[in-house]
Amino acid sequence: MTGAYNFAYLDEQTKRMIRRALLKAVAVPGYQVPFAAREMPMPFGWGTGGVQVTAACLVPADRLKVIDQGADDTTNAVSIRKFFELTAGVATTEETQEATIIQTRHRIPEQPLTGDQILVYQVPIPEPLRFLEPRETETRKMHALEEYGLMHVKLYEDIARHGHIATTYAYPVKVEGRYVMDPSPIPKFDNPKLSGCPALQLFGAGREQRIYALPPYTQAVSLDFEDHPFDPGTWEEDCALCGASDSYLDEVIIDDAGGRMYVCSDTAHCRGRRRAGHVGAMGAPYEEAPFKEAEG
Amino acid sequence: MSAAPLLQVSGLSKYYGPRMGCTDISFDLWPGEVLGVVGESGSGKTTLLNCLAGLMVPDAGRVVYDTRAEGPRDTLAMAEPERRMLMRTDWAFVHQNPRDGLRMGVSAGANVGERLMAVGARHYGRIRGAALDWLGRVEIAADRIDDRPSAFSSGMQQRLQIARNLVTGPRLVFMDEPTGGLDVSVQARLLDLIRGLVRELGLSAVIVTHDLAVVRLLAGRLLVMKEGRVIEAGLTDQVLDDPQHAYTQLLVSSVLQV
Repeated sequence: MTGAYNFAYLDEQTKRMIRRALLKAVAVPGYQVPFAAREMPMPFGWGTGGVQVTAACLVPADRLKVIDQGADDTTNAVSIRKFFELTAGVATTEETQEATIIQTRHRIPEQPLTGDQILVYQVPIPEPLRFLEPRETETRKMHALEEYGLMHVKLYEDIARHGHIATTYAYPVKVEGRYVMDPSPIPKFDNPKLSGCPALQLFGAGREQRIYALPPYTQAVSLDFEDHPFDPGTWEEDCALCGASDSYLDEVIIDDAGGRMYVCSDTAHCRGRRRAGHVGAMGAPYEEAPFKEAEG
Repeated sequence: MSAAPLLQVSGLSKYYGPRMGCTDISFDLWPGEVLGVVGESGSGKTTLLNCLAGLMVPDAGRVVYDTRAEGPRDTLAMAEPERRMLMRTDWAFVHQNPRDGLRMGVSAGANVGERLMAVGARHYGRIRGAALDWLGRVEIAADRIDDRPSAFSSGMQQRLQIARNLVTGPRLVFMDEPTGGLDVSVQARLLDLIRGLVRELGLSAVIVTHDLAVVRLLAGRLLVMKEGRVIEAGLTDQVLDDPQHAYTQLLVSSVLQV
């Protein structure tokens, strides 16, 4: 930690304000709590909400993991991890089980989380009703009065157009039978992991200035129709590197002739499996990287 | 015929600052009755309708509605969730401009199904079945169910708006110039459709219009408004054939004869 910044960048009064919003969000699961989001040294859309929530939760003993679409080594993840290494001086890790706080963009780690962990989501648009009802005054009223028919209009439209519910990410959930919530743009594959999770799940939307939360072991039910039940989706392929058949896979184009491979989007999960001796169809036996990037 | 009026309005007034919107309006609407409200532009017809339908809060007066569950209730004193529930189940509101009453971004089927989903329908097949049934009843071809209303003509949009409103089986329909902006042949077809539906479903309706032909066809009883007040009321044929008030006489004599 350098002396130029307060611990974790934000000043203590701002953290206090955010923690108050977090407490309210935890008390009313799924309810969007307004908060006075600050300008952060990164553009909106890059996780300003998640970063502020993480900053308000961090203590010096924490070990932080940051993932972007499941990966630890993409731009967004690397820059946010470096940001907290610089401003908070906390330890960081790429291993899911070692982390105490995980900030994520668009994925939930494959490895089950524990009660000692906090998962912080970066949220671009917190309002699940937004695309059908542009008025904020009206959507707030709809939440207050539990008027959620419109959410099903969207799903109806999906089935009418595509023959099945074609919403594959940011799939809306109903929290404890009350608030309908946008789980951020995680794939619907991850939706079942939201419900009953032992870890505390916090959602921060910086530009929209909203915080919401799922306390541990909160029920979150994906919306559906009786005759078109929710389906998290599966792949015919296994991970080409580690052979996993139950993880979320990214499609990677590998040549100009239409060749492709499917690999785990959760890089830590894939590496862990390969270390344990699993090898996929296109994978080589695991060996430790010969050199490691300089830290900090 | 039930013993109580469906809607009892007494002393209803609405002011826009110092200007009067409508004042001291009182009438009863009985089950199965269609009431026409006519008058020139600015006479307070639409203000009255918006106050009745709960879209606007009047400054004075009572609007008592005979609810299915609990009998007569003052809708203005109701809690908001209750009133909104009433508005999307037992009441219907047909706007003059169908774009105000339709959701233009989703298909016709979703438009009709929205009210059903709003009251808890969660079976896609049954929602679609009801939508198809209602599209048929308002003479929209079944193969248009997945088209957006923006691909419809204005006459079709107006019929779609009616289907969307009637799908939950409301008892009271508010219509604001339902035929405004349509050409005469489309108007005639729409009026015929509305008349059929009103008779068939035993609907009560309040229809605001400046078109005397519309009330002649649809309404059993008539209120004539001028400058925010009701100046003449009575059976439609009686008012139109033997107008008493000077303004009503002017109104009736202003109709162009072809």
